[in-house]
Amino acid sequence: MSANPQNAYPSAVPVGRRTGVRANVFQGKPASSVTTFPSHPIAEVVVPKVALDAISLSYKATSGERLLALDNISLEVKPGEFLCIVGPSGCGKSTLLHLIAGLNPQTSGKVLVDGAPVSGPGTDRILIFQELGLFPWLTVGGNVEFGMKMKNVGKAEREERVQYYLRLVHLSKFRDSYIHQLSGGMRQRVALARALATDPDVLLMDEPFAALDAQTRDLLHDELERLWSETGRTIIFVTHNVREAVRLGDRVVLMTFRPGRVKQEFSVNLPRPRQMEQADVARTAGDVLDCLRDEINKSLEAEYADEKIR
Amino acid sequence: MKKFAKQVIFYSALLGIWTVLAKLRIWPPYLFPPPWGVGHALWDGFADHSFWIGIAVTMKRMLIGYSLSVVLGMILGLAVSSNKFLEETLGGLLVSLQSLPSICWIPLAVLWFGLTEKAILFVVLMGSLLSVTIAMEDGRKQMPKIYGMAGRNLGASGFRLFWSVLLPASLPFIVNGMKQGWAFAWRSLIQAEMIFLGLGLGQLLMMGRDLSDMSQVIAVMILIVILGYMVDGLIFRTMERRLQEKYGLTPA
Repeated sequence: MSANPQNAYPSAVPVGRRTGVRANVFQGKPASSVTTFPSHPIAEVVVPKVALDAISLSYKATSGERLLALDNISLEVKPGEFLCIVGPSGCGKSTLLHLIAGLNPQTSGKVLVDGAPVSGPGTDRILIFQELGLFPWLTVGGNVEFGMKMKNVGKAEREERVQYYLRLVHLSKFRDSYIHQLSGGMRQRVALARALATDPDVLLMDEPFAALDAQTRDLLHDELERLWSETGRTIIFVTHNVREAVRLGDRVVLMTFRPGRVKQEFSVNLPRPRQMEQADVARTAGDVLDCLRDEINKSLEAEYADEKIR
Repeated sequence: MKKFAKQVIFYSALLGIWTVLAKLRIWPPYLFPPPWGVGHALWDGFADHSFWIGIAVTMKRMLIGYSLSVVLGMILGLAVSSNKFLEETLGGLLVSLQSLPSICWIPLAVLWFGLTEKAILFVVLMGSLLSVTIAMEDGRKQMPKIYGMAGRNLGASGFRLFWSVLLPASLPFIVNGMKQGWAFAWRSLIQAEMIFLGLGLGQLLMMGRDLSDMSQVIAVMILIVILGYMVDGLIFRTMERRLQEKYGLTPA
């Protein structure tokens, strides 16, 4: 948590509220009635772990015109929250994660972590790519160790943490294997261990389970849920699978198709642990899906008959 | 083992046909020597050390010229691939220069350096430098972007990003460039040696011609093939295959 509460909220919040903001842990929103600075603010103020403040991203298409990919996205993620972002393909949800990770700059707006604006990558936010991006020239252990090496963590500690995280994802026996020797699900777990080993506060996951078979995916859901509850990390999870989002998330944010905007948010208050097949998960997913349908149709229209679109 | 058996049969058949043709004496033996004549030439060549010396001299030139072209080619390739201006200007020039057979550099080399060792090395360098450069440049471009992003994401930047991520990520392409460079260097060197004096395998080949000794000509040709194949086919291809398998570039 930030020791600097004045800077805790994005500038979109009216200035009067910004000093001495007091947030409700369960809503993550400033309580408007409180305007005075509490005597021990740090214990009570919940600074959003990640805050997106009016993020927009446009780029120049090959045709020469400027296209708006992300349009004025504001979003707050509480510490320890599991947030899922769903949207049709092409809505810019992966791009949004890249921005949070600091791999690409946004056109306008700010990304704040613990209230401080982000410029460039940092090991407090680790992104697990859809393609994973595991290093084939390193062993499983070498991959997990990589981020720590870059942070100049000492050898003994690296060793200890590699062992710890490999045990956490049940891959201790495969420490000396190379990536090409592993199955898809195992690679996912290596990516997870590699990300966790750098000790990030925020884990950004970009459709990590999209390419897996259903059984493996279910297992990894269970493991991810367990790791999340054990480590208390903040997770922002992007997927196009609504049911997956409902199964995993505390909150599901729905994005629109081109340009990407926040369409609606859903709180998921179902008890954990959950299962994909659970009736209430399916019901909630149905609600989200109804809302998403328009956007999916737009996305399909664009893919099948691009000439009709604009 | 099955493949090996096929190869044994194939080469035996080839030798058989050769023997028959030589026995039929369609062409005089000094133009079309029998296999055992070539065998003798090989034996004699090694016995009087001339082949050993030839191999040693050629390999030494190869090592110097090739190493030089790999180092320079990598630097040049990196420069061209990481600078837009260089890519659009020098890059185009390099590609067009590559259409020049390396033997075309010989007149220039002779005028600049005379009939010296330097001239031979220059031809080898020019023969393989461009292909190493171009392969290096292509490699940098083809390298999956994801590795660089993953590296930055995990906190690597600057030299460490280059050394621990970008370099190993482009290793398969580098090896491919080195392999191509070797093939070009080998051809250029033998060509150059055939024109310059001074030992070497190319020189031995020309000596065979001057003495009308077809057996020696063929013997040296066989040597060139074997040496070239040993490095290219055995060392480089094995390295390449292993890397591609490890990097998941081929369905291993």
